[in-house]
Amino acid sequence: MPTDRVDVRKTYKLFIGGAFPRSESGRTYQVTSAAGGFLANAALASRKDVRDAVVAARAAVPKWAGATAYNRGQVLYRVAELLEGRREQFAAEVTAFGEDPSTVHDAIDRWVWYAGWADKFAQVHGGANPVAGPYFNLSSPEPTGVVGIVAPAEPALLGLVSVVAPAIVTGNTVVILASEPRPLPAVSLAEVLATSDLPGGVVNILTGRPAETAPWLASHQDVNALDLTGVADPELATSLEQAAAGNLKRVVRPAAGPAWTADPGTARMAAFVETKTVWHPKGG
Amino acid sequence: MPGFDYAPAPESRSIVDIKPSYGLFVSGEFVDPVDGTAFKTISPATEEVLAEVATAGPSDVDRAVQAARSAYASVWGTMSGRDRAKYLYRIARIVQERARELAVLESLDNGKPIRESRDVDVPLVAAHFFYYAGWADKLAHAGFGPAPQPIGVAGQVIPWNFPLLMLAWKIAPALACGNTVVLKPAETTPLTALVFAEICQQADLPPGVVNIVTGAGETGAALVNHPAIDKVAFTGSTEVGRLIAKAVAGTRKRVTLELGGKAANIVFEDAPIDQAVEGIVNGIFFNQGHVCCAGSRLLVQESVADQVLESLKRRMTQLRVGDPLDKNTDIGAINSAEQLDRIRRLSEIGSSEGAERWSAPCELPDRGFWFAPTIFTGVTQAHRIAREEIFGPVLSVLTFRTPAEAVEKANNTPYGLSAGVWTEKGSRILAMADRLRAGVVWANTFNKFDPSSPFGGYKESGYGREGGRHGLEAYLAY
Repeated sequence: MPTDRVDVRKTYKLFIGGAFPRSESGRTYQVTSAAGGFLANAALASRKDVRDAVVAARAAVPKWAGATAYNRGQVLYRVAELLEGRREQFAAEVTAFGEDPSTVHDAIDRWVWYAGWADKFAQVHGGANPVAGPYFNLSSPEPTGVVGIVAPAEPALLGLVSVVAPAIVTGNTVVILASEPRPLPAVSLAEVLATSDLPGGVVNILTGRPAETAPWLASHQDVNALDLTGVADPELATSLEQAAAGNLKRVVRPAAGPAWTADPGTARMAAFVETKTVWHPKGG
Repeated sequence: MPGFDYAPAPESRSIVDIKPSYGLFVSGEFVDPVDGTAFKTISPATEEVLAEVATAGPSDVDRAVQAARSAYASVWGTMSGRDRAKYLYRIARIVQERARELAVLESLDNGKPIRESRDVDVPLVAAHFFYYAGWADKLAHAGFGPAPQPIGVAGQVIPWNFPLLMLAWKIAPALACGNTVVLKPAETTPLTALVFAEICQQADLPPGVVNIVTGAGETGAALVNHPAIDKVAFTGSTEVGRLIAKAVAGTRKRVTLELGGKAANIVFEDAPIDQAVEGIVNGIFFNQGHVCCAGSRLLVQESVADQVLESLKRRMTQLRVGDPLDKNTDIGAINSAEQLDRIRRLSEIGSSEGAERWSAPCELPDRGFWFAPTIFTGVTQAHRIAREEIFGPVLSVLTFRTPAEAVEKANNTPYGLSAGVWTEKGSRILAMADRLRAGVVWANTFNKFDPSSPFGGYKESGYGREGGRHGLEAYLAY
C-alpha cells in the first residue's frame, strides 16, 4: 500500500426512511477522538428531522409488524452477516473513541442472539390461558408501534445494538438519537442496515444533541414508547418522562447503567410489546 | 310490544350488617383519621345514606404507607411463598363463604344488579385470589428469571365500577409476589373494601400487609405521590392516568395504568344475528355501561344494519331497569349524580351534533340516579359520542361496508382496550383479531373475564396487564 495516498473521507449523515439526508437545518457538529483530534463533522439533527423520522417510522410499521417472525429473523441475521464483514471498520471507529474493539464482537454476537428471538419470543411471552369456561383464550405479544430511543453514549456500537435489536425484532420501528460524542458507528450501522434487507424506515438514526431533540421525540403524539437508556441527566430524564405522559408512552428508564456484556435477558423485548388476548367460545 | 310482568324478587339485605361509620384500615385495625373528617356513602338507587366513612388526609396516608413498609420489611417481604399462598387461599375461601353478603353490599353501594354482583363480581374476586395464591410459591417458574423479587410497597387506586373485583385485581397479585399494599377505593363505593379489611382480619393476615385508606381524589393523590411507595397501580380515567404518569415521572416508581376505552363491537353480515344482539346488549348495558372495556361503538355491516337495529331495539325493550337488589333486574342505577350528569351531557351533545337518539321505553324510579338504555344511530366518527368515553348505557351505532373499513374505524381512536368481532367465518375472526389494536378481542362473545386471562390496554388505554402470568410482572423486580 502506498502510504502517500490521500484517503477518501466519509460524510456522516442522518438515516431516515432508508435514505441518508443531511439535517434539514443544515447544521453539523464536530466529532473528536479520545485524543481530542478531529474525526468528522456529523449532522446536527433538528426538530424537523425528528418529525420526519417519526413519519418514516410510522409508515414502516405495517410492513415490518406484518412480516412473518421467520422473515424478521432472517433479515436481522442478514444484518449480522453484514456487520461481520465490516468489523474492521467498526473496530477502528470504536478504537478512535478509546473503546475496546472486543465490544464490536460482542455487538455482532448480540445482534445474532436477538435475531434468533424473532420466532421464539411469542411462544415464551404469550400462551394459552386456562379460563374457567368453554372458551379458546390466547395471549400473544404484538409490537407497540413506533419506539423512540435515546441510545447510550457508550459503548458506541454495543450500546446501540443492545437497545435497537430488541425493539425491532418483535416488529416495532424505531427513531434513534445516537450517542452525541460517539456517533460514527451509528452512521456506519445505518449503512449496514441500508444494504441489508431491512425495509426503509424500520430504523431511523439521528445524530446530534439528544438534549435538544429528545424532548420533541418524547412529546410526539405518534410515538408509542420511549427508551431513555442513554439519558444520563436526571433532570432531562424527568422532563422527558413528563412529556411522554401526554399520550401515555411506555417508558423504559433503567435504574443503573446496564452491564453491557451481561446476558440481556428478555426484558427489553418485553418492554415494547403489547399483550393481546383473544377469546372465542367453543361449541359444536 | 307487551312486556312480561314480573313479581318483585328482591334479594334480602338482612345478610348485610352495615356499621354507621367506618375508620381507616391501617396495621390490621380500624383507626380514626387524624383530622377526624368523614364523608357519606349512599345507595345510588335510593340516595339513602348507607354509612359514614373516614376521609384519609396526607398524615393518614403516611401512616398507612409506613405500616405497609414495616410489614414488608418485617414479615411479608421475607415470608416464604408457600406461606403467603396459604394466606391468599384463606382470603379466597372467606370471600366464597361471605359471597352473598359481599354481593348484596356491592349492589347496595354501587347500584349494579344483584345478578351481576352475585354471578360475576364476587365469584371472580374469589377466583382471582385463588389463582394468584397458587403463584406465590412458583414465581421462579413464571418467566421472570430464577429469583424474581417483590418491589416493596404498592399504592393502589381503584374505580367505582367493579369495586371489590378491582380490589382483587390489585391486591391478589401484589401480595402473591411479596409486596404490601395501601389501597384507596373509590369514594362512592368504599364499603366492600372495608368488609374486605375484616376478611383480612379473619384470615389473620399479618397487620400492615393490606391497608385501606378511604377518601376522594386528594387521598389518591397523596398516596400516589408518597415518596415511600415503590409501585403505583391505577384503574380509572385516561385523564387521571395521564396526571399520574406525569406525577411519578423521575421518581422511579413502577407504574401500571388501566384506563378508558371506546371499544368497537363489529358485526359482520354473516354473524348469527340473535347471538350478536345478545352480545351487543351485554357489551354496552352490562353494569350500566360503567365498564372501561364496554362495546360502546357498534360497527355493523351496512347490509344487515336495519335487521340488527330492529332486533336490538326489540331486545332493549325487554331490559328491566330498576332495583339493583331485585333478581330480575338487568340494569341498575347509575353510580352517582356526577356520572349521571356526564352521561346526560354527552347524550345531549349526541343529539345536538345530529345523531338520532332512541331509548328503550321504561319507567325509571323517582329517587336515585337512572338512565334508560339508549342508542344513537346515524353516528359519524367525528361525533363526540363516537370518540369520548361516556361510561354509561349509551351505544353509538356506525356502519361499514368492508372488513378494511371496519378495521380502520375500529382503530380510529386513541384508546385500545378491547374490541368485539361477530362473524361465522373463522379466518375472518383471526384476521380481524390480528389487525385490531386492542388488548382484549372478544370474538363471538363479549365482556368475558377470567383470572388466568391477561387484561389491559394498547395506546391511551394504559399499560401493564392484570390477570394471568402477565399480571405478575407489575409486582416483580427481575
